[in-house]
Amino acid sequence: MKLTKILLATTALTVAAGAAAAQEMTIVSWGGAYSKSQKNAYHDPYSEKSGVTIINDDSSAEAVAKLRAMAEADNITWDVVDVVAADALRLCDEGLAMEIDPDTMLAPAPDGTPASEDFGELLVGDCFIPQIVYSTTFGYRTDLVGDNAPTDVCAVFDLDAYPGKRSLEKRPINNMEWALICDGVAKDDVYDVLATPEGQDQALAKLDSIKDQVVWWSAGADTPQLLADGEVVMGSTYNGRLFSVIEEQKQPVGMLWDAQVFDLDGWIIPAGLSDERKARALDYIMFATDTQRLADQAKWISYGPARKSSAPLVGKHAELGIDMAPHMPTDPENAKNTFLYNYEFWADYRDDIDAKFQAWLAQ
Amino acid sequence: MSDTADTGPVLAADGTPLKRSLAKALRVQKIRALLLIAPLLIFVLISFIVPIISMLSRSVENDIVQNTLPETVPLLAAWDASSGELPGEDVYDALARDMVIAVNAKQHTKLATRLNYEQTGIASMFRKSGRTIKKWDPVADAPFKEKFLELHDGWGDIETWKTIQTHSGAITNGYFLNAIDMQKTPDGIQAQPENKQILIKLFIRTLIMSLVIMGSCILLGYPVAWILANLPAAKANLLMILVLLPFWTSLLVRTSAWKVMLQQQGVINDVLVWIGLVDDANRLIIINNQFGTIVAMTHILLPFMILPMYSVMQTINPTYVRAAKSLGATDWTSFWRVYFPQSIPGIGAGSILVFILAIGYYITPEIVGGTKGVFISNRIAYHISSSLNWGLAAALGTILLVVVLILYWAYDKIVGIDNVKLG
Repeated sequence: MKLTKILLATTALTVAAGAAAAQEMTIVSWGGAYSKSQKNAYHDPYSEKSGVTIINDDSSAEAVAKLRAMAEADNITWDVVDVVAADALRLCDEGLAMEIDPDTMLAPAPDGTPASEDFGELLVGDCFIPQIVYSTTFGYRTDLVGDNAPTDVCAVFDLDAYPGKRSLEKRPINNMEWALICDGVAKDDVYDVLATPEGQDQALAKLDSIKDQVVWWSAGADTPQLLADGEVVMGSTYNGRLFSVIEEQKQPVGMLWDAQVFDLDGWIIPAGLSDERKARALDYIMFATDTQRLADQAKWISYGPARKSSAPLVGKHAELGIDMAPHMPTDPENAKNTFLYNYEFWADYRDDIDAKFQAWLAQ
Repeated sequence: MSDTADTGPVLAADGTPLKRSLAKALRVQKIRALLLIAPLLIFVLISFIVPIISMLSRSVENDIVQNTLPETVPLLAAWDASSGELPGEDVYDALARDMVIAVNAKQHTKLATRLNYEQTGIASMFRKSGRTIKKWDPVADAPFKEKFLELHDGWGDIETWKTIQTHSGAITNGYFLNAIDMQKTPDGIQAQPENKQILIKLFIRTLIMSLVIMGSCILLGYPVAWILANLPAAKANLLMILVLLPFWTSLLVRTSAWKVMLQQQGVINDVLVWIGLVDDANRLIIINNQFGTIVAMTHILLPFMILPMYSVMQTINPTYVRAAKSLGATDWTSFWRVYFPQSIPGIGAGSILVFILAIGYYITPEIVGGTKGVFISNRIAYHISSSLNWGLAAALGTILLVVVLILYWAYDKIVGIDNVKLG
């Protein structure tokens, strides 16, 4: 008798838990201020509207490896994953992300423009749903450069005018391009040159001229910290990080937008979800990437919305009350000289150039 | 002598030979013991041994080429790469049949990622070609050679075909060769170009720096362990808490704390400048290099050295040293000839612990090591999580494991593993 009761009770509990689980979804992102902006702009309104509980998992940095491991174990616990476009391309190549049809799966702009046109060329690869445009660019200590504030990215390679350490990311991407530009290669030729062994040597030789003065970073938070401590006179990092150093922490840091490299961050839906979870993930995506929602995110963080139709809707920062438009990497004033991360090139050359770059670093 | 032999085997009380009866009793005992440890054994087997073996086996696995191009690979095997001519029409037709299936199953880009490790550029060639190949009919649209050549120049490049042919085996030694700065090429095994050689250097650096870290742990830990073992219990307990305190602090926090201490505008440099030992313009560079890694890791691993030393020193009877002194030995002689030899098992245990832990560290070197202070494990982490080249990561991991086992074996031969005590 007793045993039956216990069994019944546990079964009831399991069913209840199952029902509750059906109203949950796990969204993976980067954590910190970025996750907060997503929570405010997407998650909370969506939960209110649909009743789905959203669980945050700050694993985006290891998303590619973890998704691969999950797929091999045949147990995918994530519903929507925030990754940079290069990772999305990799996941798509590996068959780990679901293919997306922008016009049926994403909301059209308010004026009826289909999503494929509204996102335009930012729809990189077949699986990637763009969310924001961010840029990797330089910040410098305003008090250490004197009256001679840098306006040209080549200031990074100019040790005479700007003595002191600079921080660069510990990987070839972006650094090689900047090195070539500052070594006299025309912007349009950079990737053709970089595709040749001679071009790679040329870029490394240019980087070699400042190697002793470089602190190499691997986490996005490193450069803001190094700038705040006065360890470096200038350094590369994501523009949103610099925004928070300058506007929120009021550090003596200035932005050097020249030759900023645009990159994209957005969503993928893992391949192999059950129909029910897939439908829920798609419903979330439809909501979270519409014109208004993308513009809302810019109230919380200085990254540009990926839709053309969102740009006019960008307003003031929700807490600081400052106008966000001039802090967007896509603002015309900031975007006079820019690069778009070349996904195809780096998907091909990443391993080859990375091996050379690491060998050069270790010398 | 002879009369016992005559009486036959000794019998147990129930009449069975004593030998058999004993064996039976022992067997039952063994089974019982085995059953008792079975849960743990099965747990370790499933959650530890099996995953490790399956991960390590990736270092030779290469069936993706055969599985994705089942018709092309056998045909291509007959192609003579040295002829200087492209493969014949039949190979291209087989490729078209294989690729149509692969593209629809979304397998072609996986294969492309694999081959791109060997020849840069294949990834985008497959990805771009896939979009067109999707629309092909493998029967009606034949022949395909012209079509492939139109699609992408790479299909008309002999190097592409050589790469596919070279790496079509189900088992490969390519990853292991890559792991020791060699490469498998169509012309046989060759050294990597000099500007890509880094892994052997990192292996050697990892071993040397781990030894240095172990050595500095011994030097710093020995006096602390000695004091701990010789203080009255109340004071020793207080000191013990100080030794254990780092265990209760997150590894990342401790490593980041070293950053604050060691950087050029950090605490140590500030103090040195303030007392005038160092000029403000020439602050010491003590982080983002090997020194930074050694300092931070010595600090982090120190408890693993102190604890085994302490527990061994506690068991050393103080009367021995007293006896030595009463027989006329100096302080130094009584320490070196009497006390120290008895504490060696503790040093041995601590050294093994610290060395093996140090060899696998990657988060600390990544944060404070700059470019010259990183370990081979940083490259393994890169290949696991960034480049997704798990085959190479597995090969590097296997080599590291084998190196550790060899060192352990050598240690056993030289010092003797019986001389290691944890207390």
